[in-house]
Order: sequence, then structure tokens, then C-alpha cells
Amino acid sequence: MPNKPFAITLKPGTSLANLTGTWRTERPVYLNRLPPCNNACPAGENIQGWLFHAESGDYEQAWRVLVENNPLPAVMGRVCYHPCEGACNRGQLDESVGINSVERFLGDEAIKQGWKFAAPATSTGKRVLVVGAGPSGLSAAYHLARAGHQVEIHEAGSQAGGMMRFGIPKYRLPREVLDAEIARILEMGVTLRLNTRVDLIEQSMKGFDAAFLAVGAHIAKRAFIPAGDAAHIVDAVSVLRSMEGEDQPMLGRRVVVYGGGNTAIDVARTAKRLGATDAVIVYRRTREKMPAHDFEVEEALQEGVMIKWLSTIKQAEEGNLTVEKMVLDEKGVPQPTGEFETIEADSLVLALGQDVDLSLLDGVSELKISNGTVQVSANMMTGHPGIFAGGDMVPSERTVTVAIGHGKRAARNIDAWLHGTSCEPVAKHEIATFDKLNPWYYSDADKTVRPMLDIIRRQTSFDEVQGGLNETNALFEARRCLSCGNCFECDNCYGVCPDNAVIKLGAGKGFQFNYDYCKGCGLCVAECPCGAIKMVPEQT
Amino acid sequence: MSFQPVKFYQTGTYTVGNRLLAAVDHSVQADPLRSNSINSGHRACQGCGEALGARYAIDAAMAESHGQLIAVNATGCLEVFSTPYPESSWQVPWIHSLFGNAPAVATGVAAAMKVKGKTDVRIVAQGGDGSTTDIGFGCLSGMFERNDDVLYICYDNEAYMNTGVQRSSATPPAARTATTMPVGAEPGNAFGQGKNLPEIAMAHNIPYVATATVADLRDLEYKVRKAMGIRGARYIHLFVPCPLGWGTAPHDTILMARLAKESGTFPVFEAEYGEVTGVLKIRRQIPVEDYLKPQKRFAHLFGKHARPDMVARIQAIADRNIRKYGLLEQGANSNAE
Repeated sequence: MPNKPFAITLKPGTSLANLTGTWRTERPVYLNRLPPCNNACPAGENIQGWLFHAESGDYEQAWRVLVENNPLPAVMGRVCYHPCEGACNRGQLDESVGINSVERFLGDEAIKQGWKFAAPATSTGKRVLVVGAGPSGLSAAYHLARAGHQVEIHEAGSQAGGMMRFGIPKYRLPREVLDAEIARILEMGVTLRLNTRVDLIEQSMKGFDAAFLAVGAHIAKRAFIPAGDAAHIVDAVSVLRSMEGEDQPMLGRRVVVYGGGNTAIDVARTAKRLGATDAVIVYRRTREKMPAHDFEVEEALQEGVMIKWLSTIKQAEEGNLTVEKMVLDEKGVPQPTGEFETIEADSLVLALGQDVDLSLLDGVSELKISNGTVQVSANMMTGHPGIFAGGDMVPSERTVTVAIGHGKRAARNIDAWLHGTSCEPVAKHEIATFDKLNPWYYSDADKTVRPMLDIIRRQTSFDEVQGGLNETNALFEARRCLSCGNCFECDNCYGVCPDNAVIKLGAGKGFQFNYDYCKGCGLCVAECPCGAIKMVPEQT
Repeated sequence: MSFQPVKFYQTGTYTVGNRLLAAVDHSVQADPLRSNSINSGHRACQGCGEALGARYAIDAAMAESHGQLIAVNATGCLEVFSTPYPESSWQVPWIHSLFGNAPAVATGVAAAMKVKGKTDVRIVAQGGDGSTTDIGFGCLSGMFERNDDVLYICYDNEAYMNTGVQRSSATPPAARTATTMPVGAEPGNAFGQGKNLPEIAMAHNIPYVATATVADLRDLEYKVRKAMGIRGARYIHLFVPCPLGWGTAPHDTILMARLAKESGTFPVFEAEYGEVTGVLKIRRQIPVEDYLKPQKRFAHLFGKHARPDMVARIQAIADRNIRKYGLLEQGANSNAE
């Protein structure tokens, strides 16, 4: 051994010869978990996915990821009741991420910058009839057009938008925003026929390969209220619809609204803006039981709307109403007390819910109809092959967001049906619950509050009540996202591994484990902020 | 100005990397081309804090010295698990001599480089708490006193882990080790006078002394890079939890370091010429109980024969650290930031 130093018998080697991966009993694996916001979104938006791009200031890419699921972000950012924010894990840290306000910012930015949808890549030659240009119909038309189908929308009204135009007041949804987003869908080559009422679907469907029905629920429910000849009783749907026409409704100075849903709130706030000195909502139960969303109740109260809880209307006469006080029994059902009072009212507006006009389905075979709605299967198809339905005319929660989700789901299934296949729902990833996160790593940052219009203008004009975010605070808000369950490339796993067993593949490419050396300590899992790694038992 | 965490940009500088930060603000550890000074295949236990801390520190020193670095190692876990003859995990020039003489060897290496005119080659000496606070203490004090151009890094895991978890002078009060069993009136290690090596180093008035933990990577990298920019004797005391000796889960190593800092048990600060110039504030204060309870070496303080009186004494030590170093933000409350 003349070549080696004194007392040295072996050549130097590297520890890479020692494959410590053999110590492992569990191995870390990267995975994507379903963020609670995405899980809660009725329109199936990939919220975490579009916030990821907004975080780096790439608003156009964020918007493009957003509109893969929902073509109406500027509308959504105003009228959605954002169940995503209720589910947001950040709510357990400080306050939920203002997803809705960032969505609105992206929607408004798209209108400002003139971003367009990409033209359909293919043409299938199939023709689909969409009945109704409300949120559900527009959503379906958009997704069908993207899939390369020729779409024609038949709308009974004089303008598109459905309840977004004829139900939601301007102070919540300015019409130029709605118009811009509808126009963008039509620019994809979707044909819109206004004032084209579909009387019988089977006749109108001739020449089409499939139909999607989304006529909504426009018929106001009535309640029997004994009324004098001169009593002025109208329904909420007509009041809100007539706001879109030339002649504004004559409601008088003292307006009473009967009902406890969001429509009742909308009418009362509209009446206030039309100059009513008193706008009073009469509701038979309590605030906790009210179906209207609490923030809308709060905004109405701020604007001077009054609410009589635990009251029913027994009699309507010219200029006044008789109201009976109620109490809740132990089951929470209101019971009459026999105590009456009289309140002054120039008009009574009934906001007791809406029914669907199903006459266009007359004569269609194999339909199931119950409780005044059309029954559809999980693929949104009615009992009649080729006729699909969604929105308020099928049984579900009646919101714009749900309707948009229906449109998307129906479009996918119509597409599959037209290709003679079926659209199997993709198995959902496990949910990224709060306990899967390591919240230590997230910076403390309170939610950005959107500006509100001052109270005088809210009482006297139809200007939009809630303001939007600007670029600075939209970026701030987007960056509050925890990216639950999905890697956002924070490099923690790459950094904290004591064995250098994580390979960084470069920006946008993520990471990979080197199982030759990973000892399975689990530090990467424990220190992953967003829960995008988990330990699984080693195969023996 | 001490290390200032970037608090926004989603995770700011709390995470190892952050795609939203400018490139100059990225950490050494986030770099795909980091030197990986101690490479894969070393025989440290699962979740070893020392192996992690050594790579964090030496990678930063390598980055700052542009790869012109020689490492001197005392005997201990770090030496044993990284260099079983004839293998080595080290990707830096590296020398080991004895348990107690690493500071003196480093002095010699520094002198040799000076004689050869290689002023760009920098010297780091490193050892565990045993070799630093006990066995090599005399050599280290001499190195400080002569102000030799060496950065000494102590990886403190609070006992002699390599030989089977015997007590060192850095073992905390009440901790169970092989030589401080949980028996008698005051089970575990004695509440002694303590031996605060960072403060002893400061008493030598050397240019730079700092403490750090493996839970605050960005603070650690800042301190190593700062130390590398100074000539003369420098000392960094790095807190590295040991799953084996502490009886904690391997995946909780970083958590333990974080809890030690957040409870005030381990104050994180830096000092120049004997004076404290910066502290890393507590972000979310916790009682010491939250830090002690997950560790089996403190199990005898809880459960059937709980010793809240001893926990209270440990809390008093933490409270004293908090007061002495000013570890809380002014007007801090539980959600202060």
C-alpha cells in the first residue's frame, strides 16, 4: 500500500454509498387535497387555483383559470353569497380570505382590460337549444360553446340576464357589469333570441340535438289575505321586474313587505330608494330564523328599513293593515297570540317565494314533476332523453351561484350525451381540513374590508352599495390565501429535510422525493404549511 | 439592525423559500444549487436537528465565503454520523482531531492559512454542547481570548447524545438523562447555576456572538453570513433538538425548537463586542409547559406524580430570559405581530 498515507488502508468514500432509505417504515408522498373553498363552491370554481395566480399579480391568468368554471366573475363578485368564505380555513386563524372581493376585482379588471374568451377550438356540428338567458342558461351556453357545440338561447324577456336583471336590484348589481359579461359570452358565437318564448319545448326543439331548460321561477306565490277593494297589493317579482322598465312602480310613502327572504329585503330597500318614508318588513318568525342573509338584513336596517318580527298580516284595507303578533312554540313554529294591531300602509308587497311556469313541458313524456319543480338525475337530465334542466326550475337552493353550477354540470353532461358517452364525476380529493395545515408559517394579515357607499346615497339612489378593491388591496387579499392542500412552492420540504432527500425541480415544477435516502422522519409533512404531503406506510 | 422578518407576501420569510419574494431575498436553503455541505447517506437518526442545523449553517458559510471554507469538527454525534471510516458526508474540506481540541485545531488551521497567504480561506470550527461547554471549554476560551479568526458553531442538543444521552453542562434543569434519573426529591437534572455559553463568549468581548434555532432558518442564515463578514473570533450557539435524547417524535424536531423560542426557554439574540444588539421577538407566546410536555425527558413533571412546582421554576427561568433580553414586542398581546 505505498500510495496511501500512514495507517490508512481504505480509499476515502462518500456517504452516498449508504442508502439510508432502507430505514424507512413510512414514506412521504406529495398530494393535492381539496381546499374547503373549492369544495363549498356551488359553481365548482377552482378558487385556490385562481388565487395562486392572483398572488403573484398575474391577474389575467387568474381570471382565465377562474372562467374555466364560471363565465360571470364580475357578477359573482357582487351577488354570490360566498359559501367559500364560510368554509375558508383562514377563518380559524383570523378572518376568512375575501374571495368574493378578489373575484369581483378580477371580473372588473377583465372588463376594464377587455379580456375575451378564447374561441372554441373545435366544432362538433351539434346544435343545442338553451331556454332562458338567466345565469343557468348563460353558463350552460358558455360551456357548450367552449366544447364546440352550436348554441341558441331562446329568451322570453326583452333582455338577457333573467333574475340577475329582473330580480337583483341595481344597487347590488350595476347593469353595465351584467351587460359586459353577457356580451362576452355571446361573442363566442352563441345566438341569443330575445322575446322568443318557448311555449312547447317539443316543438321548439325541432332541429336541435339537445335542449337545456332554465326558465327560472318567476310566478309569485300568493297568500290568502282578506282585503278590501281599495287595498293595494302587489307581488315582489313584479315590483323588481318593473324597476327595469320605463315606469317605476307606484308603492306610496308607506310600504309594507310581507316575507323574510332575500327578495323581501331587496323590495324593501328598493322602496326606500324610491322615496318611501316607511319601508316595513313583516315576518312571522325571528331574525335568527329568517332565510335572508344576515348581512343583507343588516344593510337594510342601516338604510332605515324597519322589520316587524313575529307578525302575520290578517287583513288589508286601503291605507292600513291588521297584523297579528305571533310567538314561537317549542318547535320554533310561529303560533297566533290573538293580539292585533293596525299599521299604516299605502301598499302591501308580497315576497313569499316563487313558483315555476312549467307549461312549456306540456305533452313531454317520461317527466317527473314534484312540488312544482322538474326532477332531474345526477347528470341534470330530465326523464325525457335529451332534455336537460337546471337553475330555479329544478329542486335546489335558488341562488345565482347554484344556477351557474347547474349550467356547467348540464353542459358537461349534454356534451357527453351528444358524444354517446356518459360523464362520470371525478372522484374528489380528500378535503384539506384545518388540522392538515401548519398555520405557523402564514403571516398575520387582517381581512380587507370593502368600502361601503355613504348612507344618504344608499337611501336615495340606486348607486352600487358595496365598493370594490383596488389593485394593491386585491393583491394583499389574494395573498392571505393559505393554498390549503396544494403546493405553493414555499421550499419548506426542500429546506427542512435533514437528509437532502427532497429534489427541487424548479419553479412551477414542484418537488420530488429521493427515496434512496429519505429516512421517513416526516419533518417535511409536519412543516408543510398547506398540507400537500402525507405519510403512507411503506410497502413490505 | 438585527434580522427583520418580512411579514407579508403570504408566508413572508417564515418559510424556507417564497416565490413572491425578489431573488435577492431568497434563502440559501431555497437554492437548488446550495452546497449541501453535509450530504445524503449520513447516519444521523430520523429527524436529526443537528444534521439539519449543520447543513443550514455550513451551507450559509459556504455561500458567504464563495466555497473557500475549511471545517474543523470536534468529536460528537456530528462527527460520528457523518464520517464512519472511510466514508464521509462532508462536501467541504474537513478535519477532526479530538473531543476537546477543536478550537485549538481551528486556531492552527487559521494560522496556517495566514502563513500561506490564503486570506480568502475562512475557518469554521464546530462541535456539540459536550465538546463546547465541557470538554473543549478551555481551548474555546483561549481561542476567544486570542481573537483568532475562527467562527465557532456550537450545536446544542443539551446532552451527550452520541454516547447514550449523558448529562452535559448544557442539560436543562429537571431533564432526565442516563446520568440524571428521575428519582429523589428533585428528579432529573439539578437546578444548578447553569452555564450560559453565549454569555460567557460575550464576556470575552469578541466581535460577534449569536444564538439561533433550526426553527428560524432565515435568522440563522443572516447570523452566519454576518459572522462570516467579520474577522476575529466569533461564536454562534445553535439550538438543535434531538428526537432520541429528548424523547420526541422525529417529525417534531423543528416544532420543539420553535416552542423553546416561543416560550422564552431559549432566547434568540445577537451581540457585538459583548453587548446585545438584537433579539428575535417571541411571535406567539406559550407557557413552558407546552414546550416541556411533548418531551419524554420531562415526563416525570407531569402525570400521576406531577411536579407543578418544578414546572413553575422552569417558567421562572423563561420569564427571566424574556425580561432580560426583552423578548416580547412592546405592548404585545397574544396576537401581536
